[in-house]
Amino acid sequence: MLRRNIDVFEECKNKALLKFVIMLGELNCVKEMFLLELLEGEKEFILEQVSEILKNNRTERENLVPLLQKVQGVLGYLPEPAIEKIAKTIDIPAVDVFGLATFYNQLRLNPPGKYQIKVCMGTACHMIGGQIILESFERRLDIVEGETTPDRKCSLERVACVGCCAIAPVVVVNEFIEGSLTPTRVDGILLQFDGDDQEEEAGEQEQEQESEGGQDS
Amino acid sequence: MSSDKSAEKYLNLKTKAKEKMESLNEKTVVMVGAATCGKAAGVIDTREALKDEIEKKGIDAQVVEVGCMGFCYAEPIVVISKPGFPSLCYGSVDEGLAVRLVEDYLVNDDPCFEYALVALEPNDYFPVFTDFPRGVYEKKIILEQCGFIDPEDIDHYLAEDGYEALAKTFEIQPEEVIESIKESKLRGRGGAGFPAGIKWDVCSKAQDDSKYVICNADEGDPGAFMDRSILESNPHQVIEGLIISAYAVGASKGYIYVRSEYPQAVRRVETALEQAREKGLLGDSILETDFSFDIEIFEGSGAFVCGEETALINSMEGIMGVPEHRPPFPASYGFRGKPTLINNVKTLSYVPHIIRKGVEWFKSIGTSDSPGTAVFALVGKVEYTGLVEVPMGTSLRNLIYDVGGGVPDEKDFKAVQIGGPSGGCLPESALDIPIDFDSLHEAGAIMGSGGLVVLNEDDCMVEIARYFLDFTQKESCGKCTFCRLGTKHMLDMLGEITRGEGELNHLDTLRELGEDIKKGSLCGLGKTAPNPVLTTLRYFKDEYEAHIKEKRCPALMCMHLLGFYIIPERCSKFCSACVGSCPTEAIYTRDDQLKAIDQEKCVKCNSCLFACPPEFYAVEKLSPAELVEEREREQG
Repeated sequence: MLRRNIDVFEECKNKALLKFVIMLGELNCVKEMFLLELLEGEKEFILEQVSEILKNNRTERENLVPLLQKVQGVLGYLPEPAIEKIAKTIDIPAVDVFGLATFYNQLRLNPPGKYQIKVCMGTACHMIGGQIILESFERRLDIVEGETTPDRKCSLERVACVGCCAIAPVVVVNEFIEGSLTPTRVDGILLQFDGDDQEEEAGEQEQEQESEGGQDS
Repeated sequence: MSSDKSAEKYLNLKTKAKEKMESLNEKTVVMVGAATCGKAAGVIDTREALKDEIEKKGIDAQVVEVGCMGFCYAEPIVVISKPGFPSLCYGSVDEGLAVRLVEDYLVNDDPCFEYALVALEPNDYFPVFTDFPRGVYEKKIILEQCGFIDPEDIDHYLAEDGYEALAKTFEIQPEEVIESIKESKLRGRGGAGFPAGIKWDVCSKAQDDSKYVICNADEGDPGAFMDRSILESNPHQVIEGLIISAYAVGASKGYIYVRSEYPQAVRRVETALEQAREKGLLGDSILETDFSFDIEIFEGSGAFVCGEETALINSMEGIMGVPEHRPPFPASYGFRGKPTLINNVKTLSYVPHIIRKGVEWFKSIGTSDSPGTAVFALVGKVEYTGLVEVPMGTSLRNLIYDVGGGVPDEKDFKAVQIGGPSGGCLPESALDIPIDFDSLHEAGAIMGSGGLVVLNEDDCMVEIARYFLDFTQKESCGKCTFCRLGTKHMLDMLGEITRGEGELNHLDTLRELGEDIKKGSLCGLGKTAPNPVLTTLRYFKDEYEAHIKEKRCPALMCMHLLGFYIIPERCSKFCSACVGSCPTEAIYTRDDQLKAIDQEKCVKCNSCLFACPPEFYAVEKLSPAELVEEREREQG
């Protein structure tokens, strides 16, 4: 019995060691965890917003999680400059903030897409095929869960139960919940995004034309 | 003397609320269930349709948004109370039905009985709750008002005797409050079932200048949503319970720790707190007594382990939510190092009822060791999904077949999973176990947070065990070695088994490792994480063996052991539904116009199975996957 446990432990240990080595490699290039590059002028915008939030809230360690939530609420994610700025203000090492940001599921290091797709992976959804829905999205968008498409249009993540088990499988797009999904409907949802975008563009063009027209007269 | 004053002040509030409600009830009231689940089912469209139509027809009726009634299978739900008629509840109300209800019922006095689910009060025309099997077994205490009062208007709660328990509490000493809770044998509903009274007692006896009370609404169990539902449907019940607990232990500050994934619950609790403050039920000198207490909301950031008391406290202090050694228990050394009383949403919800209706009343419900009721989120392969509340001691069979309406589509019942990732799977033979903390524990499951998933013959037990372990493994905080590495190792083995790469000796290793993880972990997460695997191994060993020995998934669920096959005899030549449904273009038309699947391309997504019209029913799932080749060879 003991012998067997030791074997299992050894095996675990080897696997863990391997994982640790991989993790170390990851840590060395923490920067690579911020997958998307900042756009031009974005850094200034981020710092401005973060200073605003830091000014209006208590800046103590105890308030760190609410602070991060607020920053994410405004920016949609926690970019590197924001984390550094917060750490500096509270006077703690940046790695502590980084640790929190990676510990909690809600906090994210990558910008969300224009359309945030959250696939429910609760028990009921899983049993009825949530995995298949997630895979369909991954296949269509060519990203894996937790990533954002390079054009920042769609981001894909899994959530643990949104509490709508009766209409499983469920996906939440931005704040809109859609139930009883099938892989075919996944294509439909993505098509709808294109449609919405085109409508938006058309609307903008119309507005521009109107404003131009107004100037003319 | 101050207690007289508080009673008077309370009566004043209640009378005003009752007057307001009476004037409201003189008109027609249309209540729409607008909790998160209702919104997902499209209740917003229904509400707008109702409002538009009522305005168009010029009817004097009010549309009120309420919470969740627990009939998730029939969302969106609308309740219409028209003077002169019994209040009627309608299920699956879409925009069309909404318009019709306004026209036929509100204008023309035809209640459209064909669409009604149930009547709320006894009458001569339509059955009420207690006429259905579900109503016979259900006994609603903390869900009683959910879905029938407006959560965003404190007067609705006040008119239903809300906050009466609080006024009553101020008439007695804190010690007496604790004594009643102790005597009522109320057990914590967070999962473990620790007697609440003892916890309160420890916290009250701790000597310190400041103490805290916290309501734990960090409901992380994938598949349980009653805490959310209670907060969204009746937040004042929880707030009242929290104030009473604060008075009992002598705390001056309270927190409601709620998941930020529940934005609507956060909003409704915020509104409720604001209204309670306005009415003098919260804040400085509550109800004109010298007791002051205030509540703040803390939004959790989504970590399952934060449901554990010590981890929850850590996360509130701005560090990683990692559990600590106990003792010292939070009741004596908790948030900011002060005595802290932490109770679950449901536990606190019972408190006002116990104070108001008495200890004896509470003890008369349920069993002697676990008095009261049990709330379950009944989901999965069951006819009537939703939130149910039954007295402790009800058998699982009653719960699934009478309250839940049994397994739909004439499928066979296989197992019931109780308690989410910490619970276990119980087979048919265990269905006569009475539901209470101790009996479930003996059978290998736990009461847990109250998720109850019914599984039928199409669900693979190995995959279920793997799914839950996958969840706990991801959520393990990494503090204890056994939990961090052990769950990972178990998960790897289960993964191998579901892919058909398992070996028979894995089963013994799984069991031993599971027992070791239970012993070697600090908190509830690790102590219960192996439960789903251990119970499935105990009751469904043959399924594990089929996966390993025959590379076959008996429930046809494990993708790697499956193949899809189109039966040529059944396939219609003139239908291309499956071809269009396939996301990877794996289905092609053969020279003889019949369809076939390219196994290389197939991702086993089930699309063709659903797309194939029922009259042909030509797509078949086969396990092990080699069977497909065999069939194709036979066909030539």
